[in-house]
Amino acid sequence: MSEANAMSEPRPVSFEPKIIAFVCNWCTYLGADLAGTNRLEYPPNVRIIRLPCTGRIDFNLIVKAFEIGADAVLVSGCHPGDCHYTAGNFHARRRWMLFRSLLETLGIETERIHFTWISAAEGKKFQQVIGEITEQARAMGPYAAYQGMCAGPAPSPAVEAAK
Amino acid sequence: MTERLRQTARRLLEEGKVQVVIGYGAAGHPALITKAEDAQKLEWNDHCLANLSVYLTRKEVKALGKAAIVAKGCDERALVVLEKESQIDRAALYVIGMACDGLGAPKCASCQVHLPRFADEVIGEVAPPAAAPTGPNGFDRLMAKSAAERWAFWKDEFERCVKCYACRQVCPLCYCERCIADKNRPVVIDTSATPKGNFAWHITRAFHLAARCVGCGECTRACPAGIPLALLNQALAQATEAHFGYRPGMDPQAEPVFGAWSPADREDFIG
Repeated sequence: MSEANAMSEPRPVSFEPKIIAFVCNWCTYLGADLAGTNRLEYPPNVRIIRLPCTGRIDFNLIVKAFEIGADAVLVSGCHPGDCHYTAGNFHARRRWMLFRSLLETLGIETERIHFTWISAAEGKKFQQVIGEITEQARAMGPYAAYQGMCAGPAPSPAVEAAK
Repeated sequence: MTERLRQTARRLLEEGKVQVVIGYGAAGHPALITKAEDAQKLEWNDHCLANLSVYLTRKEVKALGKAAIVAKGCDERALVVLEKESQIDRAALYVIGMACDGLGAPKCASCQVHLPRFADEVIGEVAPPAAAPTGPNGFDRLMAKSAAERWAFWKDEFERCVKCYACRQVCPLCYCERCIADKNRPVVIDTSATPKGNFAWHITRAFHLAARCVGCGECTRACPAGIPLALLNQALAQATEAHFGYRPGMDPQAEPVFGAWSPADREDFIG
């Protein structure tokens, strides 16, 4: 669908995707920090939101991200077995398994939602992941379907004229 | 069957075993019977579709005292989940099970529990179930479409939603005293009935029932706009069964999917 949209609608001249990354405090956030201190460059399209644990990442946050204009979302936390809270990421994994099937049923583009495990030592992997996601989001174009739906119907000409 | 149901209700109330019988009254409407002489108001007919277990968690009904409930096989699944989630005390509840081979509603076509399994008493008998209907159902037809078509389908359906929350009120497993949809600090779900707010609400409603929904289909039946909400629950039920072999409300011993985890869970979607 995104392909078709990208074809039919004029794409902004230089489209920069907005990416929201929900990351856990203990692994991926430190991985991002490591990428920074190591001067590893990654695209500035990503907005990182730090949460205590992947187990805390409510699915409503993903919905909200798309509502306010995200083109892709990343959810990332500790590798299995590494969770600071022992099992938060295992609980999260179960949740995302089912959540994906719900989104597929609704016809939401699940290719725009990414899950990764990135440890505090994987600054390099963080750089790679953000790079890949940004490239993919750029190729897919804006998530026009969801953003258009959230914008609601265009104001009627009569209302516009009254102004 | 109606006569036996009334007799049972009368007996329970007369003996003081329960203070209220939650059953079906005229036209299949819910009836709360508190006096033995009112037991003849109970009915059993093709209109008795409602899942009465929704009343068990209501404050007003709890205040009436010990309850007996009229439950079909499909409704009983909700009782199993409610007990597992510590919402009801099964030992304090008397379940009058009704054998039911379908009441002619669309939701009965895919029913697999015609006979209550854990009731204190079962009224009536059912013929051995006929072979399950084969061929694609509504859900299969939806999933046969492309993602873009499914998106268009739901956009069209949710367009009619007026956020009356009947789907929530009628659901036996939507028992939160304060629903996330009613919280306004912060606003999690846009409260207006716009496409944005409707999508957010229906995603939330479906997912809060993930691996819990017993498929009673009351949400679809209650919806004044005729939105086939149960399709979303079916999607989750199917995924739950595929990944975890778990069917909510079927086996009281089974471990619920959420609240547990396994290192062997699938993770091919995680990079």
